[in-house]
Amino acid sequence: MSPTTLSGWGRTNASVVTLRTPRNEEEILNEFASGEQLIARGLGRSYGDAAQLSGGVVLDNRALDAISPISDEGVVTLGAGVSFDELLAVAIPQGWFVPVTPGTRQVTMGGALAADVHGKNHHVDGSLANHVLSMRLVTPEGAFTLSRTEDTELFWATMGAMGLTGVVTSLTLQMLAIETNQMLVDTTRHGDLESVMSAMATGDADYRYSVAWVDCMTRGAHMGRAILTRGDHATIEAVKKVALKGPRKPKVTIPFEAPRGLLNRWSVRAFNEAWFRSAPRHELDETQSLSSFFYPLDGVANWNLLYGKRGFVQYQFCVPDAMGDTVVDVIKRLSESRVASFLAVLKRFGPGNPSPLSFPLSGWTLALDLPVGGDTLPGVLDDLDALVVAATGRVYFAKDARLKPDQVRAMYPRLEEFRKVKSRVDPNDQLTSDLARRLDLVGK
Amino acid sequence: MENAFGQPQNVVIFGGSSDIARAITKKLCAARAHTVILAGRNQELLNAAALEAQEYGATKTDTVLFDANDPSNAERTVSEAFDKVADQVDLVIIAVGLLGVQAEDQESAAKSAEMITVNVTWPVAALAEIRQRLVAQGSGRILVMSSAAAVRVRESTYLYSGAKAGLDRICSGLAQSLEGTGVKLQLLRPAVVRTKMTVGADEPPFTTGANEVAENVMRGLASNDDVIWSPPLLRYVFFVLRHLPAPLWRKVTNR
Repeated sequence: MSPTTLSGWGRTNASVVTLRTPRNEEEILNEFASGEQLIARGLGRSYGDAAQLSGGVVLDNRALDAISPISDEGVVTLGAGVSFDELLAVAIPQGWFVPVTPGTRQVTMGGALAADVHGKNHHVDGSLANHVLSMRLVTPEGAFTLSRTEDTELFWATMGAMGLTGVVTSLTLQMLAIETNQMLVDTTRHGDLESVMSAMATGDADYRYSVAWVDCMTRGAHMGRAILTRGDHATIEAVKKVALKGPRKPKVTIPFEAPRGLLNRWSVRAFNEAWFRSAPRHELDETQSLSSFFYPLDGVANWNLLYGKRGFVQYQFCVPDAMGDTVVDVIKRLSESRVASFLAVLKRFGPGNPSPLSFPLSGWTLALDLPVGGDTLPGVLDDLDALVVAATGRVYFAKDARLKPDQVRAMYPRLEEFRKVKSRVDPNDQLTSDLARRLDLVGK
Repeated sequence: MENAFGQPQNVVIFGGSSDIARAITKKLCAARAHTVILAGRNQELLNAAALEAQEYGATKTDTVLFDANDPSNAERTVSEAFDKVADQVDLVIIAVGLLGVQAEDQESAAKSAEMITVNVTWPVAALAEIRQRLVAQGSGRILVMSSAAAVRVRESTYLYSGAKAGLDRICSGLAQSLEGTGVKLQLLRPAVVRTKMTVGADEPPFTTGANEVAENVMRGLASNDDVIWSPPLLRYVFFVLRHLPAPLWRKVTNR
């Protein structure tokens, strides 16, 4: 196989790797037998260097694409290379939705499990791992079936471990029953951060899904102004009731065909302004399609190209409930530093799961996209790391392309425990990635 | 591994005790660099630079002695430095150079030859080995110290600027040859920099300190630009200067 250049969705720090596409577990076992270092990759939606391995072998999981029939109880077994898009195309017509979904359908099941993805319903339903009944994992020490009863230690260690315990080939998932393909959504506009955070802290429990878009560029009294959207799947009854309400016309068309260099402090500020003004001040029981509620960016293929050749980084952290002030501090620091950032995503997290490396912990999470190129950005983000560590929070591996190893040890205190489990099935650290090397997650 | 901002963790620097190299090393260590291997010809200066790197955050430093006057040691020197890293090498800096004294050098066959050996032959020989090792890694970055003077040779420093021009052009070709390998070569073209090499000399326009060069290097690593100018304005100044008719060029440069 010829060398292939790979990078993450942020299009930073690319590497040249040998890319292979195994079709079954036996071929993956043969890869391990060759002794080469390797990591699995799906659709490359991790923002940083999680699914690449310079000078090593990357296993593209896309050939593992089987989808079983969905049982009457909503249980389905999926190849690791099946995307959310492919699964939903089959599942929605049968009345099933994924129990947890990231913000794009272009993620494979294997990748979603490796990142232990969360969605707008984490405060109610937890992350993807909470809905995985079992999986098949291929390691240098053989292939295993893992579940909540079989080798639970390795089962949980694999969740959120960014592929470092082995190559997941399939998983069995409990789906969520839906009556319609519509969402019932309440939208409110909030003039400042305190108002939206208190609305979320007090009211999120009433909704299955909740997310706020926060403006991190406005300073002063309106710092952190936000649009809060919350909702749930619409029942047939509810759709009937609201059907007489006309659809809201889109007020702003986003200029997506942008020239390079468009995303600067001024243009992004203007975009944020338009986005904020376009949202209704207060609207209840609006119906939205699943796509527009869950995947607003999926309509724009390759939107990451908007950031030009330098690419961009995403910064996502979470902090415990008691440390909500850290969210305020972070947004203050960002707005004062005048770093260009699109509307950030603010969410509530429910309790985490037993996985040692899973990201979510009960509290707040904030995610933002930042173009590479500003002179101050690297230093600003290092400062934010310090704030997050001080608040006993953490940064999400699936988004990272710039953390420091010593900060990671503070953010993920169970890293040693994880390494012990990993060494049981991968004693020679064959499974590694550019991310793992950069953050010292495993031995060199 | 380097991060999204081009900040490396493992660095090898040839000509590591020069003022500019030391200024760059400090900034790299303050960012993400933890392993720094410094190669040069003066052990004492290298030790001082290594100590400085540690003060700025490096956890592992080592030195390699070599003489750039002898290109036959280039391969061995590179191997030794890479072996001391004992991990992936994220950034290699070639800051080897000799300013010389034009008036003396131009009268001497040996000194003229030395100008080319140190400024061109040794770096190019070393780059052959560096290229091979980084390409095998599938990632890595090379920063070569050229000079703004390389863009158009001046009679008052024709040996130095001509030698840098040679290195500069070879590296432009080398940079193109690296496309698709995961390895990136960037040229650094600074204006005159106030260092121990220039003490007492008149300061032409655009002269900067070493720290300013280092600052521009940090920006350049993040930008991935093929050429890093310092100060950045020089990119446009030289776009004009390189197209001046020869008599006018001489008038401008021989004030």
